[in-house]
Amino acid sequence: MQHKVIDAKDVVIRFAGDSGDGMQLTGSLFADMSAIYGNGLSTFPDYPAEIRAPHGTVSGVSGFQVHIGSEKVSTPGDFCDLLVVMNPAALKANAKWCKRHAMILVDEDAFDEAGMKKAGFTTDNPFVELGVEDRTLVVAPITTLTKESLKDSGMDPKAILKCKNMFTLGMACYIYSRPLEYIYEYLEKKFAKKHPEVIAPNKKVLNDGFNYAANIQAIPNTYTVAPAEHLEKGTYRNITGNQATAWGLLAASEKSGLSLFCGSYPITPATAILEELALHKSLGAKTLQAEDEIAGICTAIGAAYAGNLAVTTTSGPGLSLKSEAMGLAVMAELPLVVVDVQRGGPSTGLPTKTEQSDLNQALYGRNGECPMAVVAAHSPAHCFDAAFQAAKIALEHMTPVLLLSEGFLGNGSEPWRIPAMADYPDIKPPFVRGVLPEGEKFKPFERDPETLVRRWALPGQKGFEHRVGGLEKNHAGVLSTDPANHALMVAERAEKVARIARDLPELALLNGPAAGKLLVVGWGGTYGHILSAVREIGDVSYVHFDYINPLPANTEEVFSHFEKILVCELNSGQFADYLRAQFPGRRIEKFNKVQGQPFLVSELVAAIQKEM
Amino acid sequence: MATLTFKDFKSDQEVRWCPGCGDHAVLAALQRALPKVSQALNYDKERYVVVSGIGCSSRLPYYMDTYGFHSIHGRATAVSTGIKVANPWLTVWQACGDGDALAIGGNHFIHAIRRNIDINIILFNNRIYGLTKGQYSPTSKFGAITKTSPYGTVEHPFNPGSLVLGAKGTFFARSLDVELKLNEEIMTAAALHDGCSVMEMLTNCVIFNDGAHKDLSDPAVKADHTIVLRHGEKMIFGKDRDRGLIYDGKKIRAVHIGEGGFTEEDILVHDAHTDYIGLHMALADMKGPDMPVALGVIRDVKDITYDDGVRDQVKDVMAKSKIHSVDELLHSGSTWEVK
Repeated sequence: MQHKVIDAKDVVIRFAGDSGDGMQLTGSLFADMSAIYGNGLSTFPDYPAEIRAPHGTVSGVSGFQVHIGSEKVSTPGDFCDLLVVMNPAALKANAKWCKRHAMILVDEDAFDEAGMKKAGFTTDNPFVELGVEDRTLVVAPITTLTKESLKDSGMDPKAILKCKNMFTLGMACYIYSRPLEYIYEYLEKKFAKKHPEVIAPNKKVLNDGFNYAANIQAIPNTYTVAPAEHLEKGTYRNITGNQATAWGLLAASEKSGLSLFCGSYPITPATAILEELALHKSLGAKTLQAEDEIAGICTAIGAAYAGNLAVTTTSGPGLSLKSEAMGLAVMAELPLVVVDVQRGGPSTGLPTKTEQSDLNQALYGRNGECPMAVVAAHSPAHCFDAAFQAAKIALEHMTPVLLLSEGFLGNGSEPWRIPAMADYPDIKPPFVRGVLPEGEKFKPFERDPETLVRRWALPGQKGFEHRVGGLEKNHAGVLSTDPANHALMVAERAEKVARIARDLPELALLNGPAAGKLLVVGWGGTYGHILSAVREIGDVSYVHFDYINPLPANTEEVFSHFEKILVCELNSGQFADYLRAQFPGRRIEKFNKVQGQPFLVSELVAAIQKEM
Repeated sequence: MATLTFKDFKSDQEVRWCPGCGDHAVLAALQRALPKVSQALNYDKERYVVVSGIGCSSRLPYYMDTYGFHSIHGRATAVSTGIKVANPWLTVWQACGDGDALAIGGNHFIHAIRRNIDINIILFNNRIYGLTKGQYSPTSKFGAITKTSPYGTVEHPFNPGSLVLGAKGTFFARSLDVELKLNEEIMTAAALHDGCSVMEMLTNCVIFNDGAHKDLSDPAVKADHTIVLRHGEKMIFGKDRDRGLIYDGKKIRAVHIGEGGFTEEDILVHDAHTDYIGLHMALADMKGPDMPVALGVIRDVKDITYDDGVRDQVKDVMAKSKIHSVDELLHSGSTWEVK
């Protein structure tokens, strides 16, 4: 057989195994290495909620998909070119994601009778059973080879088995012509202090995997994916959405000159934001791991009152718990950023799966007339700007802001051209200054006539003593049940949020003509998929909303040039319903998916073409 | 710094508690204590923040001419915690009721105590829900007949002192609403205490639980049914100051001085500063008919505080870290150039 090296424009690799097999690490290493190599990149971790689900079962399969390209890539890819599976259950769960000409790499040792039974196979040929026997199958005794590779390493048998993923990674590196140096460096850094003894064995097993793949005849072709050429010049890094969210908040802290305070309770998939902020005390960030979700937001509200940039982070069910306190922040008119990294719901739902189904909760999930600004991030790296903007709006408009992220964004990663903080605007909260005239009392809810924003006096400022709280008050901050006053305050709080639109960028077309039959609309983390779909189709028009409440000021104007609007979202049509309420009479159609999974570009293409 | 007086802490808002409500006296004690605290610690008025939850007593911030936050039911302790961590320079006082702090807000209450955050919590305990008009609370006595327990409760109440000390509280004091002078003394001690101070104020609710604590506050029995503990002083009580507490080798007991061979020599001296929490627990648990209920500062011990810990850790990491700006953060770790 003639071995060929093929230059590929882009490839998708999916690593899958038991949740203890180290697939997330393997996938991340492959991704980081490719990022540094200069490829366009997008990743999608897809893992179960259980830390160690029953061994060898389909429910315990953990996957990590990475899409690398010689151009910028916008999605983790629908289907994969290489599927790496560490056991029969992983094959069963993931075979459906293989392209027609995909290669499937399996650990033969795991395909024994017990493993096959646990995965629920009824015949002795899993490939035929799943209808993938015509793919390029690379069946290698990875467990045996790993044991053989490390038999003289002095490691105990359990530790040796944990190195299987490194052997696999070595094979994948051969198939895609990846240099191993990055992984060497990673191993050296990671284990230098605590376990220097495992560095050499891990390097060895990685190398042995690489060489094994080179020596066997089963791999017909190898591939190269050239570094992306048309990327903007600059310094790049790989970043996950949760990390970018944390960093965006730190950037807002720096630009406002206010210390960051984050009160949060651990919850999947938002926890990494709290963890990331806890790391960066050197930038003055204070993190409080609260006793519950309610304490998370209430400590943040206290911190806001005392003058910090206050943040609480959570996911769907946690947001439900914070509802009453969000109302308090609306009523007290305090700046606060509430980050919701959405997951499948309702209730505990699908903790590790992605969805956009908290939108209604974000917009309406509070008692009373309770408007909150809502901002959405559209890609892992965009979480940085979205978090920065959310904090800027909160601090300058004296309002709580809900930042919607998604599990897909929070855990996913992409290369990011590192911005310069000098290019970001200062954040200027409406602090009171100077002293009040003798005998005059500070009126905490007196408003700027243009923006309707109240002024912010911090405890410790002489002469500005005042009370805030959940009870209705008048402009002077005095309790009031006067009917006219309540009506006025309700209207002013709503109008204050509506006028944020004056500070927002206009809605811009991302593809297609400015007028026509169909406008495709998206919001949040579906951006990459929809963009890929409309580009594939060609001249179909597309806009994407980063600002949900208020909407950009020109929204109606943009919509008015189209006969029909198709809203694509990962819920049952919440944004579409919201738009229908805002723009009655417009023809607004829905394309929805509620499977706990991102869109596939192919299904979007089909859905859009159907409406064209 | 101008000397502050009682009047400086009085707001221009009309106090709307029922006539005869115990909360009036507690408010007055606080307004009298804070000028003394301010003088002792050299604090200006703008340094005070008064926080509350929901309930009758939680209206207190409106009556104080300080910075104030009337938050939501049960969450005062979390709001206070956030304020203190955000700006440790502020001095935080909190008003909350037995339902507010021990039922809906029980979680925040015990965790604030566990963390030893430096806030001063006045727990108004009238053993009833007043603002919702008379339902039983977590401190209502077993069998209490209320609107939601017309046949009597079938659940045991919390003793707030046991709860605080069980969470390893560093400061616990108890008093009666009517004890204006003792309350000023307790509030001053709480202010001087570095850490989470809990002051249980046994208050009367004239409308829904009148006589809530009359077995303690009635002048006819007060001296015999209560004992005021002061650090370094003998634990003597009774109308004729002829009774005292002794330790009999197994437990604390009340005895008559001069009877059964007990002399004043045998009477225990109160040590509020001892680390031995068991002793404070025993004192906080005392109740009639055999024992007097302990009033005064029962426990006041030093320990590290949460707010200091947070502040010091930030300082420490700042000094050691190489990352001092967001630009440096963004360029930390693995990066690559596209030319």
